[in-house]
Amino acid sequence: MSNRILSNPASKNGPTKSNKSSSARASTNSKPNLKANSMPNPKSISKPNAKSSSVINSFGGLDKALLLQMHDCMVKSRVLEERLIKIFRAGEAYFWIGGPGEEAWAVPMGLLAKKGQGLAYDFLHLHYRCTPTLVAMGLEMSDAIRLMMNRATDPSTGGRNFSGHYCFPKWNVAPVTSPIEIQYPVACGTAHAQKRAGQGGISIVSGGDAGTAEGDFASCLVWASRKGQELPLLITVQNNLWGISTCYDGQHGESQIADRAKAFGIRSRVINGNDPVESYLALQEEMAYIRKTGKPSFIEAQVSRLYGHSSGTGANFVPGEIDCLKDFEKAMVTAGHLTETSAREIWTKYEEEAVACANAVRTEPAPTAESVWDHIYFNNENADWRKF
Amino acid sequence: MATMAQAIRMALHYGETNLGLKDVFGQDVGAPLGGVFTATQGVDCSWNTPLDERGIIGMAMGIAMAGDRCVAEIQFADYIFNTMDQLKLAGNTYWATNGQCSLPMVVMTPVGAGIRGSIYHSHSFDSWASRLAGWKVVMPSTPLDAYGLLLSAIVDPNPVLFLKPKALMRVRGDEMIPGEPENEKELRSMIDAPIGDRTTWKARWPKVKEHFIPIGKARITRSGSQVTVISSGRHLLLCNEVADQLASEGHSIEVIDLRSIYPYDWQTMKASIQKTGKVLFVNEDTEVTNFGEHLCYRAVNELFYQLMARPRVLAGKHLPGIGLHANLEDASVPQKHEIEQNLRELLAEVP
Ligand SMILES: Cc1ncc(C[n+]2csc(CCOP(=O)(O)OP(=O)(O)O)c2C)c(N)n1
Ligand SMILES: [Mg+2]
Repeated sequence: MSNRILSNPASKNGPTKSNKSSSARASTNSKPNLKANSMPNPKSISKPNAKSSSVINSFGGLDKALLLQMHDCMVKSRVLEERLIKIFRAGEAYFWIGGPGEEAWAVPMGLLAKKGQGLAYDFLHLHYRCTPTLVAMGLEMSDAIRLMMNRATDPSTGGRNFSGHYCFPKWNVAPVTSPIEIQYPVACGTAHAQKRAGQGGISIVSGGDAGTAEGDFASCLVWASRKGQELPLLITVQNNLWGISTCYDGQHGESQIADRAKAFGIRSRVINGNDPVESYLALQEEMAYIRKTGKPSFIEAQVSRLYGHSSGTGANFVPGEIDCLKDFEKAMVTAGHLTETSAREIWTKYEEEAVACANAVRTEPAPTAESVWDHIYFNNENADWRKF
Repeated sequence: MATMAQAIRMALHYGETNLGLKDVFGQDVGAPLGGVFTATQGVDCSWNTPLDERGIIGMAMGIAMAGDRCVAEIQFADYIFNTMDQLKLAGNTYWATNGQCSLPMVVMTPVGAGIRGSIYHSHSFDSWASRLAGWKVVMPSTPLDAYGLLLSAIVDPNPVLFLKPKALMRVRGDEMIPGEPENEKELRSMIDAPIGDRTTWKARWPKVKEHFIPIGKARITRSGSQVTVISSGRHLLLCNEVADQLASEGHSIEVIDLRSIYPYDWQTMKASIQKTGKVLFVNEDTEVTNFGEHLCYRAVNELFYQLMARPRVLAGKHLPGIGLHANLEDASVPQKHEIEQNLRELLAEVP
């Protein structure tokens, strides 16, 4: 299995090996270029023929119902993200950040996680590009829109935080936070508690490539791999070759981020995160390994960034990036699992749902000014010194 | 009488046997050392971590998120600074998730000067900590308070920072911890690890009892009518000494031990300042934007017309560090004679 995945042409080419020229070009620009979208895209050069393995390998033996479910979640997530961008453009939200382009990697993660609350279930320590994972877990479109439009009804933060910053304790989804990489050592804590409980739950952590330069990433590798005290932790990195406007070569000396895990004796691999089948199989295999051995494992997934970093850099579609959903849908149609019409119907259904949700959420209440004092201490114990 | 280090140990033992405390961890916190101040010696659930403060705080957040109770230690407050944004995050998580995700965790760390600890073992953290919204911050001045505040910290559903005045770790109080043996030697033989090989050593714990000191409640350690002095930790004991000395000269100083930096017990302070009309705040964190200044500001704001003298803050000098030589340290953090001088000035001041 892992041979198949590692022999995938896209996986074999590490980002540094093949995109030297393009990223060198990008990095000659010494000033931070906030229009990251307009930069030459290293991957369009590095993986010109990167065909999804799903096209060439009969979907890895995954059954049709699962493939259709993955496709459905990917469409739903993409449509949702694109609706969120439209909401931003319409001036109805302050900021957008999300994961269009990461569906092939993130949807399988959501489908495979053991969903529930408490130590027997998987903890997910995600970053701000994980809408597809949440969609696969059952996120309602309106709840993502409530977060986007900072409504009081937003179940994750009550209108306090940016889009993509989800929190769902009922599914062990830890709060997504802005400080990059901080989730990596926190994930060691939940994994530690899960190891003690011994009920089969594992922790899963995800983040971007640039963030791995933070010490917290190294902390995670150290704490997860101590001899005899290994943690049941799936460490993942979504490598889109960018940190806002800084390209991969601008901040990495290692050939693959996954190599860093090897130095700690952590089993690790690089996969083509643009292929949902490869992602599904890799995640399934690594999760099973972790549940069986109680030891950590590492996946670096190569993914696309279809709308640039965030609304801060324009949130415009970036031509030339591999579109995992387009490729997968094409393969599904070719295989006869979908027709062009049935695929179109799925898109239309979700587009209509997204519009309806946005219209409904727009009328929902905003958080009140007085509510700033809510939930500082547990059970609303007073935290305002004026009232001490 | 137990030392503060022994009191902390007994509180952790009480916590692991009665309050669901699952992990006590930090650098050199587990066997064989049991902490650089021996405050975790013999505690069953104690363990050694990698030398990684951010890993320690992250781990504590994760354990709390998973629903288990833990006490994490940062070996010296001087080394807590690289965890600042994690502390911020731990403090804001419950709020940022609109009351969904609470983080009941305790972080303890030795603070302050007084042991000739030089530039990097003398830092204070109370003023820094007071800016970490969402945290509760406590600092005991006696072993019994350390015991009671730590039990309260362990059961509190919020993150609690437990500041240990390092100069007091080996100081005994004059109140017994409920259940501790009367004889100091006996206690030592029960819970102090032996010198040398400790591989088979286990603590024999006295049957210590529940004793919660509520977070947010100050204590009047000396009653008086002429001047109020408000402090905590190591300096509280110095204030007591000065108050006793001045009492022997016929003066009447009221001493308040804050015990909690945040939330703080304004009602006790207010009642005292209204009575005396004169107040001095003493702490050893640096003086610019010092927590004592906040309290002083509040005293001025709310009690202006009842004040009989300008209120004062005596704090550490705004210096980059505390130098090792005694001359340097003594010139950097409040000394007993300075407390005395401030109190004498306040006593003498006539509006
Ligand atoms: C500690 C920290 N530093 C800086 C930032 C600002 N910032 C937000 S996203 C980002 C780039 C992250 O890149 P990467 O880790 O590759 O993730 P990606 O956005 O590409 O998915 C930066 C620098 C931050 N949020 N946190
Ligand atoms: Mg990136």
